[in-house]
Amino acid sequence: MLKEENKIFKNLYNEQGWELENALKRDDWLDTKKIIDKGRDWIINEIKASELRGRGGAGFSTGLKWSFAPKKIGSRPHYLVINADESEPGTCKDRDILRFEPQKLIEGCLIASYAVNAKVCYVYIRGEYLNEGKRLQEAIDEAYSKNLIGKNACSSGWDLDIYIHYGAGAYICGEETALLESLEGNKGQPRLKPPFPALVGLYGCPTIVNNVETIAVVPTILRRGAKWFASMGRPKNTGTKIFCISGNVNTPCNVEEEMGIPLKELIEKHGGGVIGGWKNLQAVIPGGSSMPMVPKDICETLKMDFDSLVEVKSGLGTAGVVVINKDEDIVKCMARIARFYKHESCGQCTPCREGAGWMWRILERTAKGEATHKDIDLLTDVTKQIEGHTICAFGEGSAWPVQGLLRHFRKEIDKRCFSEPIIKKKRKIPYLIDQHKLESKDA
Amino acid sequence: MSLKKIHDNQPDKFEFTKANLELADKILKKYPSDQKKSAVMPLLYLAQNQNENWIPLAAMKYIGKFLSMPYINVYEIATFYSMYNLAPVGKYFVQVCTTSPCVLRGANKLVDICKEKISNNQNELSQNKLCSWTEVECLGACINAPMMQVNEDYYEDLDEANTKKILNSLLEDKPLKPGSYRNRNNSAPEKNQILTNGHKNA
Ligand SMILES: Cc1cc2nc3c(=O)[nH]c(=O)nc-3n(C[C@H](O)[C@H](O)[C@H](O)COP(=O)(O)O)c2cc1C
Ligand code: SF4
Ligand code: FES
Repeated sequence: MLKEENKIFKNLYNEQGWELENALKRDDWLDTKKIIDKGRDWIINEIKASELRGRGGAGFSTGLKWSFAPKKIGSRPHYLVINADESEPGTCKDRDILRFEPQKLIEGCLIASYAVNAKVCYVYIRGEYLNEGKRLQEAIDEAYSKNLIGKNACSSGWDLDIYIHYGAGAYICGEETALLESLEGNKGQPRLKPPFPALVGLYGCPTIVNNVETIAVVPTILRRGAKWFASMGRPKNTGTKIFCISGNVNTPCNVEEEMGIPLKELIEKHGGGVIGGWKNLQAVIPGGSSMPMVPKDICETLKMDFDSLVEVKSGLGTAGVVVINKDEDIVKCMARIARFYKHESCGQCTPCREGAGWMWRILERTAKGEATHKDIDLLTDVTKQIEGHTICAFGEGSAWPVQGLLRHFRKEIDKRCFSEPIIKKKRKIPYLIDQHKLESKDA
Repeated sequence: MSLKKIHDNQPDKFEFTKANLELADKILKKYPSDQKKSAVMPLLYLAQNQNENWIPLAAMKYIGKFLSMPYINVYEIATFYSMYNLAPVGKYFVQVCTTSPCVLRGANKLVDICKEKISNNQNELSQNKLCSWTEVECLGACINAPMMQVNEDYYEDLDEANTKKILNSLLEDKPLKPGSYRNRNNSAPEKNQILTNGHKNA
């Protein structure tokens, strides 16, 4: 279990107050100027050495991403954009950072902006988090009034303005290029990559996009040292992480834990155990709805970090842990998730737009026991046709969970295929025979 | 992509109030002066607030002129994003999250209660015209499931009994307060909450 002193988010439940004066007591904004004075290269190298990986889903090295920003400001300004779109089902961690640890995020914005040469930072918050956005704005105003941000922020010589931009209820705007489109005043439809945002991003300018949690842990890492952060977890999977435990557990909650904590410990210690006991566990979605589920036998020994989850053909994603027990109909549950993707596809790529609805319809039929064995083969095929054939990773996000279901619960699904295929027997149909005669006899 | 239907009865005119004009100017300052278009989303939201929670076509035309962008582009934005209402909704607009993590904790029962109390169909006004409801996708409060959003506020950790109470209060135009309905401390785990097999919170 994570030691109290190693926790980064000490106010995750708002027991100490979110206001600036309370945040200062938690060492936010302590010697920020000194950190900035050490220079860009030092900051980026320290973040690289901490092996911090993005907390927004993809797990890309944060230090490396920052190093892609041009070293000098050219003819175009640089931007830092914070991704607070948080719409992945099962995920609600950024919300608590916005509400209860806003100063960590703001301080992180200053340091990151300095490191990537940005003087303007936009925070893109999902529209439904209106109250959380208001809270962040209050915190931003407080920070301005103490000159922690603004002109010559923290007397560091760097200027930074932070603005909030609200989304309006589109999951796809969490994808970084869709988010930039949305911020520019367009429909939130992802762009083809390359070019990557680090070179051509917001308004065509170099832009670094990072998740809220990623940026909020940066100041603590720089204050306590990359070594400290890297000492938790294991190589390439370091530090702490906020896990969201939802679904069939006794005490659903958000909790900050060490990377690599066993899933069982997470569920039993923090989630209060599976409803009906561990033996009643059916499967767990380990990283938000886009990550394939893992069945109970794998859950027994599973460690919660990026690489361990890839080994079991899933992923840590956003660390939104959704627990499903044996009282639930797993096919129905996945059919509902398929409906989510059908609803949220931005519609640009045919495989995604059509495939998402296709998967949903077949899964609905399966849940009702109206599918045929052939339908299931078709379903498998559709997931394969989507995967790798789309502009953005939404395609994989919708197809992988269905593949996970098929991989682990094929038997359960086959049991439900009551319907007989319309044409029962495979016949050798000789070439160039009168098809109509054939059909009237056999079909 | 969400399905959007334009309302049959459209007002002829729309203009920002003086207060909203001031807000709009403030919003424009957030973006580079040659990127006014970026303000289209916040301005649509302002228009929605000003017009009893829905956006008439006249407002889209107005915003198009305001930002020197073609009307069709504003229309495109208004129809793409699900939070823009293009037809009237109730004074209290109830949005029930029915994505899987919420369903695992009984969100479907909340839907039944909405049908019973407000109206049989989504996006239909209650008899006294005060409420309407709709199903939405994950609202990012899954550890406080099941939950619903009423206008701007989240009502969390619900069960059947208190959902009924909340909906009644809305229908009487005396809304109960938002937040957790099990007196939870935000997203902290509750102590000693052991549920028996098959028992769900709602
Ligand atoms: C469909 C889709 C939805 C996404 N939603 C989010 C989101 O809500 N929040 C987020 O931080 N990242 C989201 N991402 C990941 C972002 O594209 C991007 O990788 C991330 O913001 C980078 O930040 P990080 O490196 O700090 O993780 C999403 C990606 C995809 C493909
Ligand atoms: S994969 Fe889907 S969501 Fe992504 S760009 Fe294509 S259609 Fe849009
Ligand atoms: S699934 Fe309902 S809030 Fe996330």
